[in-house]
Amino acid sequence: MKALLLRDIRLAVRAGGGFGLGLAFFLIVVVLVPFGVGPQSELLSRIAAGILWIGALLACLVSLDRIFALDWEDGSLDLLATAPLPMEAVAAIKGLAHWVTTGLPLVLAAPVLGVLLSLPAQGYGPLVLSLLLGTPGLSMIGAFGAALTVGLRRGGLLLSLLVLPLYVPTLIFGAEMARRGVDGQDYTTPMLMLAGITCGTIALLPFASAAVLRVNLR
Amino acid sequence: MRLTVRDLCVARGGVRVLDGLSFAVAAGEALVLRGPNGAGKTTLLRTLAGLQPPVSGTVDYPADSVVYAGHADGIKPALSVVENLSFWAQVFGRKEISHALAAYELESLADRPAGFLSAGQKRRLGLARLLVTGRAIWILDEPTVSLDARAVAMFAAVVRAHLAEGGIAVLATHIDLGLDEATVLDVAPFRAVRQELDDFDEAFL
Repeated sequence: MKALLLRDIRLAVRAGGGFGLGLAFFLIVVVLVPFGVGPQSELLSRIAAGILWIGALLACLVSLDRIFALDWEDGSLDLLATAPLPMEAVAAIKGLAHWVTTGLPLVLAAPVLGVLLSLPAQGYGPLVLSLLLGTPGLSMIGAFGAALTVGLRRGGLLLSLLVLPLYVPTLIFGAEMARRGVDGQDYTTPMLMLAGITCGTIALLPFASAAVLRVNLR
Repeated sequence: MRLTVRDLCVARGGVRVLDGLSFAVAAGEALVLRGPNGAGKTTLLRTLAGLQPPVSGTVDYPADSVVYAGHADGIKPALSVVENLSFWAQVFGRKEISHALAAYELESLADRPAGFLSAGQKRRLGLARLLVTGRAIWILDEPTVSLDARAVAMFAAVVRAHLAEGGIAVLATHIDLGLDEATVLDVAPFRAVRQELDDFDEAFL
């Protein structure tokens, strides 16, 4: 399992692996917003938490189709299916590798981009915490969507259509937690809901992804 | 160690391709599948490897003893030859890869990114993977594609050594490897007669 995780991270970081693309996409989306909304810092600071969350969500989406598609094309997935590793572990590790290479950099970059959007000072902690709790869930849901569409040509768009509705609960509670943090309110309830959703996806979706992969490999 | 197939029926895309197959391969034996394109050799091999379930019949072998090598080699172009092999060795819980490099004369290419290898060199790397898994039953689909005569001889030598150690090989190939101990099975007579499946859902899976 460790070998698979390290290989996936190594592949992502090497040339052509796409590491940093999600991050760059996040950066551009967030930078574009002030141009679209105009230089009104009090409006920007009001919507900053929501923009950062939507930006992170879209950046996460961009790299999802690579989770299984590359291994499918070069036959690695067939070989992994006959390896001693259970398919559930493969699905979970793939989700984890996606989070390490996409979700975690987004969490770390969010405070920097918060400055661009005049995020109030008390909002940084809750924003980073909400992204840290929410993005693993996004990766796991995304891995499930990627498993569903793995054999399809041009499956990327279908993947987005399938995955985006599933992202709604995470987005609602994540953005709510960040917004309450910005307003200086108590954010315990949305934080617990967000953590619960993420834990649920980590516990259940690897099994669903593995089942779908087995069907797709036939 | 024994691979036993009883009254096997396999299907591809909702259509039965082979029916009524029964054979057994004992330790140290090889089975070569022959048949025209589309006869169902790949489907049969994928079923043997457990990648798809049989329509009916059984495939028996000890658990965790099979390794499959299909048309694609599962090689990552961004990783070097050694990294590719070590990854598969680790997945199968092993470390030693030098014997596999030596068997296919890959030592001089060890640190090259696999993306720069020629088709034949990639194939050799794909076949070297079988050696690092330590599995006894090799299921090989057209293993000699894009290999030159020398590499085919290397492959034949590796298969022979594997059989001598009590391994099993089931391979679909059109060229003569010179394996004296191999049994040849022509799958064409087993072509399924009634081709449509009764199970409606199966056509979509």
